[in-house]
Amino acid sequence: MTLTVNDLRVHYRTLRGEVRALDGVGFDLADGEILGLAGESGCGKTTLGKSLIRLDGRMRHAGGTVTLDGEELPLSDDRAMNAYRFHRISLVPQYSMSALNPTRRIGRMIRELLASRGVSVDTGELHRRLALVGLEPGVLERYPIELSGGMKQRTVMVISTLLDPSVLIADEVTSALDVSNQQAVVGALRGLRDKGLVTSMIFVTHDLGLTSHIADSIMVMYAGKLAEKAPTKVLTTEPRHPYTRMLIGSLPQVGARYKDKPLSGIEGSPPSLLNPPAGCRFRDRCPLADSRCAEEPPVVEVAPRHSVACWKAA
Amino acid sequence: MLTLDRVTKTFRAGAFGGGSTTAVDRVSFSAAPGELVSLIGESGSGKSTIGRMVLGLTRASSGSLTLDGEQVRPGKDFYRRVQGVFQDPFSCYNPVFKADRVFALVRRAYHPGVPDQEWAGRVEKAVRDVRLDPGQVLGRYPHQLSGGQLQRLLIARALLLDLRFLVADEITSMLDASTRIDVLNLLAGLKERGLGVLYITHDLSLGTYLAERTVVLRGGRVVERGDTQKVFGNPLHPYTRTLLAAVPRLNQPWTSAEPVEACAYHEGGARDTDLYETEPDHFVACAGLPDCGRTSA
Amino acid sequence: MSTLPDPAPETAAAPAAPSAPAAKPGSEWLHYAVRNPKLIIGAALVVILLALGIAGPMLLDNDNPNEYVGPQAAAPDGTYWMGTTTFGQDVYAQFVHGLRSTFLVGVVGGAIAAVIAMVVGFLAGYRGGLVDEVLNMLTNIVLVLPALAVLLIINAYMGVRSVAVQGLFIGLTSWPWAARAIRAQTFSLRTREFVDLARLSGSGTWRIVFREIAPNMSSYLFMMFILLFGGSILIASSLDFIGLGPTEGVSLGLMLQSAQQWSALQLGMWWWFIPPGAGITAIVGALYVANVGLDEVFNPKLRES
Repeated sequence: MTLTVNDLRVHYRTLRGEVRALDGVGFDLADGEILGLAGESGCGKTTLGKSLIRLDGRMRHAGGTVTLDGEELPLSDDRAMNAYRFHRISLVPQYSMSALNPTRRIGRMIRELLASRGVSVDTGELHRRLALVGLEPGVLERYPIELSGGMKQRTVMVISTLLDPSVLIADEVTSALDVSNQQAVVGALRGLRDKGLVTSMIFVTHDLGLTSHIADSIMVMYAGKLAEKAPTKVLTTEPRHPYTRMLIGSLPQVGARYKDKPLSGIEGSPPSLLNPPAGCRFRDRCPLADSRCAEEPPVVEVAPRHSVACWKAA
Repeated sequence: MLTLDRVTKTFRAGAFGGGSTTAVDRVSFSAAPGELVSLIGESGSGKSTIGRMVLGLTRASSGSLTLDGEQVRPGKDFYRRVQGVFQDPFSCYNPVFKADRVFALVRRAYHPGVPDQEWAGRVEKAVRDVRLDPGQVLGRYPHQLSGGQLQRLLIARALLLDLRFLVADEITSMLDASTRIDVLNLLAGLKERGLGVLYITHDLSLGTYLAERTVVLRGGRVVERGDTQKVFGNPLHPYTRTLLAAVPRLNQPWTSAEPVEACAYHEGGARDTDLYETEPDHFVACAGLPDCGRTSA
Repeated sequence: MSTLPDPAPETAAAPAAPSAPAAKPGSEWLHYAVRNPKLIIGAALVVILLALGIAGPMLLDNDNPNEYVGPQAAAPDGTYWMGTTTFGQDVYAQFVHGLRSTFLVGVVGGAIAAVIAMVVGFLAGYRGGLVDEVLNMLTNIVLVLPALAVLLIINAYMGVRSVAVQGLFIGLTSWPWAARAIRAQTFSLRTREFVDLARLSGSGTWRIVFREIAPNMSSYLFMMFILLFGGSILIASSLDFIGLGPTEGVSLGLMLQSAQQWSALQLGMWWWFIPPGAGITAIVGALYVANVGLDEVFNPKLRES
C-alpha cells in the first residue's frame, strides 16, 4: 500500500472562524493505482491534494494521519516535509502553465530548480522522459510562450516526476486545456505510471467523464467527506450513493438531447463548512433523505473495494 | 432573426498598429426565433469575438450583422432586445456592490418611470422565473452567492427587458456539473418562449444537448455547420471528427478520429462559396487535405 | 411575461450561501487596519502634527510668527519653547504656523494633481486608441518637463505669492506618474465583464468610469493621494529652501531656508533648523509608513497571518 490516509482533517483559518474543508477522510492508495478524486467546488478534493504536499499559511492540520510507504508524513511540519516533497510525493498544480518563468528557457529553469534542491539530472535521462510524454528535446531550448498549453502542462509533469516519486498528485491538470490537448496529457500521465516512473497517482478533477478514462478507482467527495469510492467501472455503472447517482445523471453525453429527455441537476448548493450541519451533509438535497440521515452515516464497505457513506446504500 | 454575413474581424497588433491578426474570417450563419444555435470552438477560435460583435461590444471589420433586418448597433434601443451573459459569474458583478444592482441599472436605463412597488414585483417574478428564491438571493453581495445563482440572476436581468435574443458566452464553464444542467434547462425554457439564443461553448456535449443548429469554428473560420444531428451524426470535416472523438465519454472508449478520406467540399464541386451544402442544412468547408482541389469532378 | 416551463417538480428550498465565508470588503479592511502597527503609528503621528498645526497658532497670543518678539538667538527656555531666531522671532510660533502651511500646500498640490491624474488616467485607460495615444503624449511631455526650471521662470515673472499658488503649480506638474498608474489599473479593470454588463445596460463612459471602475480602485486611489500629498510637501519644502517659496507667511521649508542663510548650523543654533527639518521628515515619513501599512490592509496577499 503506497499511501494510507486515516481520518484526515484539515481546517482553514478565516476571519469568521475555521472552515472544516476536510473533515475526516480516509482511504488507501495501492501500488500502481491511479485514484480519481472527483467532486464539485467546496468538496475538499483540492484541499486534500494540497495538504499532502504543503499546508499553506491558512491551513491547519487538525487531525488524522497520512502514511507513505509505511512512514507517517509530518504534515504540519513544513521543514520536515521538505525531505518528502518532490522526492517522494510530488504535485502537478492546476495552473502549471502559468508557473513557468516566462523569462527563462525551459532547460535552464529545470537546471536551476534541481540545483536549488541539491539534485542533478543527466540530460539523457531528461530527454528520455520528455520523449515519454511526447515532447522533443528541442523543448528545452524554448521559452514558455512558444509552447502550447498542453505542452507546458506536460513539461511541468516531467519536472514534477524527475525524482521518481511514489505518489504524484495531478491537480486539475486538464481543466485549462482544450479538448484536443486533454487526450495527450492524460495519455502522458498514464504512461508515467505504466513505465514505473511514478508508483501511484491521485488525479483530482471535477470532470467525471475524463476521470473514468484514466483512473482505476474513483473517490467521490462531498462537503469535506467521502461519499463513495469504488473501482471505475463499478462507480460509473452501479453507483450506490445518491449524490454520485445524481451527479452522473446530470452529465449530458454527446447525443443526449433536451427534447428527448431533459436531464436535471441537483438543486441547492453544498452546506457551509464553517459550521457544518450534523448528520449526513447531503441531506438537504437528497431525494432519499429521512430521519435516519440526521445521524452521520459511517463509511461502509458494501462490496470488495467499494465503500459508501450512506444509510440507504449499506 | 440574427444573420451574420461574411463577418470578419481583424485586430491591429504592435505599436501604432503595424501587424494584424484575423480573429474572425468571413463567418456566416443565422439563428431563427425560438432557435438555439450553438457556436462550438476551442480557445482562439474566435467564438467570443463573434459573441461580442453580436452584442455590439466590438465592431466588425467587414461583413454585416443584422437582427430582424436592422444592423447591429450598440445603444439603449438595441440592448432592450439583445442581451448577453458571460463566462465568469463573479467577474460580471461589481464586487463592491450588492448583486441586485444589476437590476437597478436596468431600471435606471429602461424603466425609469416604474413605481418602486411595481418594479419590486417585476424583479421578484423574474427571479422566480429562473427558479431562484427571491428571499435567498436578493440583498446579497456577489461573494455570498454561488456561481450558479449569479448566472441565473443575470438571466433574470435579461428577462426584465423585452428580450428577443440572448448571447450566452460560455456561461456554464465555470459552474459545477450539477448546476450546469439547470442553467441549460433555463435556456431551453427561454427558447420555448420564442427567444433566440446563441450558445457559445467549447463543450460539445452541452452544445448538442440544447441546440437545433450548430456552427463549428476553428481559427476564426466556420468548418462545418447545420442541423445538430446531421453535423454530429455524420461529421464530414476532419476537425469536427477530431473534436467529437476527443470528448471523453462515460462508459465509452476514448478513440481517435477516423481520418477523412476525401474532401466533401471539393467532391461536391464547390468553387467560390465558403461552405458547401452536402445535404439540406448541412454545410462543410474544405477539409484542407494535401490534394484538395485536384480531385473535383 | 409567461412562466418558464417546469421540467422537474421543485424539491425543498435551496440552502443558503456556499462555504466561502468572505466578509464585506469594507469591514474586512477595518478589521485589519486597526491591527496594523505601521498604519496606526504613521497615522497617529500625522494626526498629532496636524492637530498641532491647526490648534497651535490659535493658542498663540501673537498672530504674526515673523514678528520680532524676543531676545535674539536665544536657546529654548520656559517662554520660548523652541528658542528664537537671530532676529528674535519665536521659533515655536513659526513652527506651528509652518505646519499649517505645509499641510495646506500638501492638500492643495495633492488634490490638484490627483484630480488631473484621475481624469487623464481614466480617460486614457478606458478609451484606449487615439485618445490614449494623445493623452500619453501629453503625460510624457509634462513628465519630462524640468519642473524646477519652469518654476524658476514662473517665479521670475510672477513671483509665487502665496502657499495656495505654490500648491497649484506643484499640482500641475506632479501628476504624470499617478496618471500612468491609474491608466494601467483602468486597463486591467476595463476588461472585466461587469464593465461589459454596464455597457449592455446602457451606461455611458463617465458613468462606467466613476460608478464601476473607480470604486474597485478605491484603495489604490486613496494610497495614490497620500503619495501625492507627501510628495507635494517635499517639493514645496525643496522649493522654499532654495528661495522659490511664497513671499508671505512662513512654512517649514522657509524656516530651513532662513536658518541656513543665517548660518544657524555654524552658530550652533540647533533649535532653529532641527524642528522644521524633523517636522518635514516626520510628516512625510509617517505618511509613507502609513501607506505601506495601508497596502498590507488592502492587499490580502501581503498580510502575514
